[in-house]
Amino acid sequence: MEALIALAIGVLVACGIYMMLRARTMDVVIGLTLLSYAVNLFLFASGRLTNNAAALISPDAAAYADPLPQALVLTAIVIGFGMTAFLVVLAIRAFGDLGNDHVDGEGRK
Amino acid sequence: MTLLLIILIPLLGTLLAPAAAVRGRMGAAVMAGALTATALALLFTLAPRVFGGETIVVSWAWMADLGLYFSLRLDGLGLLFALLILGIGLLVILYAAYYLSPKDSMPKFFSYMMLFMGAMLGVVLSENLILLLMFWELTSLSSFLLVSYWRHRADARQGARMALAVTGGGGLCLLAGILLLGEIVGSYELSVVLVSAELIQSHDLYTPALILILLGAFTKSAQFPFHFWLPHAMAAPTPVSAYLHSATMVKAGVFLLARLHPALAGSDLWFYLVTGAGLTTLVFAAYVALFKHDLKGLLAYSTISHLGLITLLFGFGTPLAAVAGVFHIINHATFKASLFMAAGIIDHEAGTRDMRRLNGLFKYMPYTALLAMVAAASMAGVPLLNGFLSKEMFFVETLHLQRFGDWAWLIPVLATVAGIFAVGYSLRFIHDVFFNGEPKDLPQIPHEPPRWMKVPVEILVVLCLLVGMLPAFTVGPLLATAAGGVLQAPLPEYSLAIWHGFNTALMMSIIALIGGGLFYLLRHKLFDLHGRLLPNEFGAKQIFDILVKAVVDLSRAITRLLENGSLQRYMALLVGSAIVVGVYAALQHGAMSFDMSASSMPVNAVSVTASIALIVAALATVLFHRHRLPTLLMLGVVGLFVSLAFVYFSAPDLALTQLSVEVVTIILLLLALHFLPQESQPESSSARRLRDALLAGTAGLGIAALTWAILTAPFETLSGYYLEQSVPGGGGKNVVNVILVDFRGFDTFGEITVLAIAAIGIHALLYNLFVNPNPAGPHGWATSRPPLLLSVICRPLLPLALLVALYLMLRGHNAPGGGFIAGLVAGVALVMQYLASGLDWTNARMKIDYFKVIAAGLAIALATGVASWFFAHPFMTTTFTHVHWPVVGEFEVASAMVFDLGVFLTVVGITMLILAELGKLSGAVKQGGGR
Repeated sequence: MEALIALAIGVLVACGIYMMLRARTMDVVIGLTLLSYAVNLFLFASGRLTNNAAALISPDAAAYADPLPQALVLTAIVIGFGMTAFLVVLAIRAFGDLGNDHVDGEGRK
Repeated sequence: MTLLLIILIPLLGTLLAPAAAVRGRMGAAVMAGALTATALALLFTLAPRVFGGETIVVSWAWMADLGLYFSLRLDGLGLLFALLILGIGLLVILYAAYYLSPKDSMPKFFSYMMLFMGAMLGVVLSENLILLLMFWELTSLSSFLLVSYWRHRADARQGARMALAVTGGGGLCLLAGILLLGEIVGSYELSVVLVSAELIQSHDLYTPALILILLGAFTKSAQFPFHFWLPHAMAAPTPVSAYLHSATMVKAGVFLLARLHPALAGSDLWFYLVTGAGLTTLVFAAYVALFKHDLKGLLAYSTISHLGLITLLFGFGTPLAAVAGVFHIINHATFKASLFMAAGIIDHEAGTRDMRRLNGLFKYMPYTALLAMVAAASMAGVPLLNGFLSKEMFFVETLHLQRFGDWAWLIPVLATVAGIFAVGYSLRFIHDVFFNGEPKDLPQIPHEPPRWMKVPVEILVVLCLLVGMLPAFTVGPLLATAAGGVLQAPLPEYSLAIWHGFNTALMMSIIALIGGGLFYLLRHKLFDLHGRLLPNEFGAKQIFDILVKAVVDLSRAITRLLENGSLQRYMALLVGSAIVVGVYAALQHGAMSFDMSASSMPVNAVSVTASIALIVAALATVLFHRHRLPTLLMLGVVGLFVSLAFVYFSAPDLALTQLSVEVVTIILLLLALHFLPQESQPESSSARRLRDALLAGTAGLGIAALTWAILTAPFETLSGYYLEQSVPGGGGKNVVNVILVDFRGFDTFGEITVLAIAAIGIHALLYNLFVNPNPAGPHGWATSRPPLLLSVICRPLLPLALLVALYLMLRGHNAPGGGFIAGLVAGVALVMQYLASGLDWTNARMKIDYFKVIAAGLAIALATGVASWFFAHPFMTTTFTHVHWPVVGEFEVASAMVFDLGVFLTVVGITMLILAELGKLSGAVKQGGGR
């Protein structure tokens, strides 16, 4: 299972970075979104993988998942949304002001 | 405390002097003079204690952990230098007040001047070496300002820049040297360092520390090969040259040699480095001075030469040589400052400093000529003047040196040669300028300067005479105290008499005087010879210029390579560097271990299928990225599978959050697509795509390996505390939520604040923006009506969804849920109304100012934090209690839940603000298009 998760995270990173290296703003936003999935999964997985062990205190729970990475990732997801929104709006503004959606603000060559 | 005031008063003058200038042109000068006189008077109150043999030390802790104390020290050496700085400073202020023309800004000049004076006093009065270095750098900076005072002149700017580059670079070396010294001794306080000579000199780091410190001293004191900046700094106004380049700043280097003499001197390395630099400078600069036609150029090289002499004396490392060095510091300061002032008067009155044109000025300004001649004679080392006495001591010391063995004769011979040159250029200064025929086409007819411009020169020349004739009565006690400060030990036997009988030293003086005279008589032939042998002045300045140009070119090339303005390239470089650093770190710490047996969780069909789906969706996002609508759908699929992963691996809170964020994000991106091109242009070449794929692939592989290594490594966590304390300490069973709103509540508060800032940024970005939305296109989705079925279903759904949100928030402390999730759910429910019923319909019914919602949320969160102060607890301490509610049953009410309400409101506000702003944009465009 660990190998499978590692593979999935690796693919997400690779796809995210490839998209971030594209020249169009929307592609960069998509790349960043993919990369933040990967980062969130990575942080979450650093607390190790467990089944049926949600960190809800109850007398008959056998084990608990590590709550600390979960708390970190929860805020990271929300902040990630804020960042994506900001980037998207920046992209729209750049498109409106510059007339094209190239990250370097250049026209089509 | 008095000691501190002596430094602070001039520094205060940096502000007060220009402020006083509102009271007329002389105001700044009067203020500067008054402050300097005050500081000097304060110094006099302390002087008796220092003459009594006391070392005054005061100290305030600054960053004690780093060994940095604001500690000051006044001993003999510091007293001597403080006297020179303040005394000559006072004279220079008087002189400058008359020297500066009405076109020159007085406030600016005296402001810089006081800044420099304070910095210089700081250097000589510091007890802590790091403090000393700070003042040292301040002298470099303030002298930059002073040298470039006439900033409209290119030579002034270049000279100032060169001086700053050389002395500032030296200052960096000095910093490194001081840090090494502190490392060796374990303290930066001089009182410790100065008594640790044995420890320092036997330490492995002694050699690098010494070399670095000497680099600092040599650059500051213009020692060969770093001398070249000083002649170029002569572009400064003459009062600046008289102050900085004779008496104070260039003396900072030799001050440092004297200051650290007890700690560093005596070793062979010290001897060879310091005497080597000193001797070379002494002879070389004296030779160059001979052939200068510019009065100030001659004085500049003569200063370099005399600094070489002082350096040489300290290099000897013997107590007597140190006494001679201190004595020459005093004498050189007096005669050279007066000579610079005289040169300034000549320049001022005759309009030129070129000795080929200045001739026979004695007729026009006999009084000034007399003063200059006495000072120049002192520089040449004529008996009955102070320069003679220290030069005699110097000659004696060169004779007593044993260290060179068979080559011992070399130093006295070279010293005599330098003496001949010194007499030669002094004679030239006197004869060429004041006699030697008539002046040649001067811009103006010279005459005596104003009365007060001569007074500083008179005072200094009288000092030269008094010290020269009655040394024991005048300078004796000061010299003894200062030399005692240098040596930090009992003084050796020495005599300050004028007449020591016929001895070798006197012979050397006589040879120098006669040789110098002969040299001057033969000067025309020698000038020809010099011109033929060294036709072009290819010197250190050219090398400096080439070096500077090379550095500038290199940085330009690097900038062009790295920073060509393309964000795409920056991104590639960033990823590339991250890969390099990551691989390097992996190799450094050995291969990562992959313990297959540590894999705890079995793989089943469901997890494999889900993983494959995730991977395929991610790849599809990339493959279809040119067509944006399908890409966004694929992205949504990825997000869903990530949420499923959270569900599967026991993270219900994360799954809920991810799910709701996913919905909001996709809506947001779809909205954005309304304004952006719906297809990506094929921009990149296939080579570029291959490069990017390689970069991305490598990064992905690296992260995958890293993840695997982490997951299979032994596990230790600090979460035990949170699990144990969640119920007794936080009053909640959902540990994740308790961490968010209680244990790490302050972090969460910061995070919602960041979100609010992002929302405000988005609002600002969209302000006054005009974009054309995409034309209706093949799908016609931009203008199509909302489907009736959807709007009918969504309207009753809103209260239900809000109720769910409320439920999620209330139970969040004990079960999956909480402010973040509830906020997002409520946000989605509200956005659904926009989607289902259209913008105009919804806007007409939902007149909520989302800024107020965000503000209220933040205020509530902050208020719960502040509330704990009223119960005398630290910020954001939470409390909880058990409540029994009929029907619902018993449950806890925690103050953290109020905090969670704040989070909820902020998140709702932000989500709605972002989406509504974008929505409004399309509305605005629609109206605009309709007009």
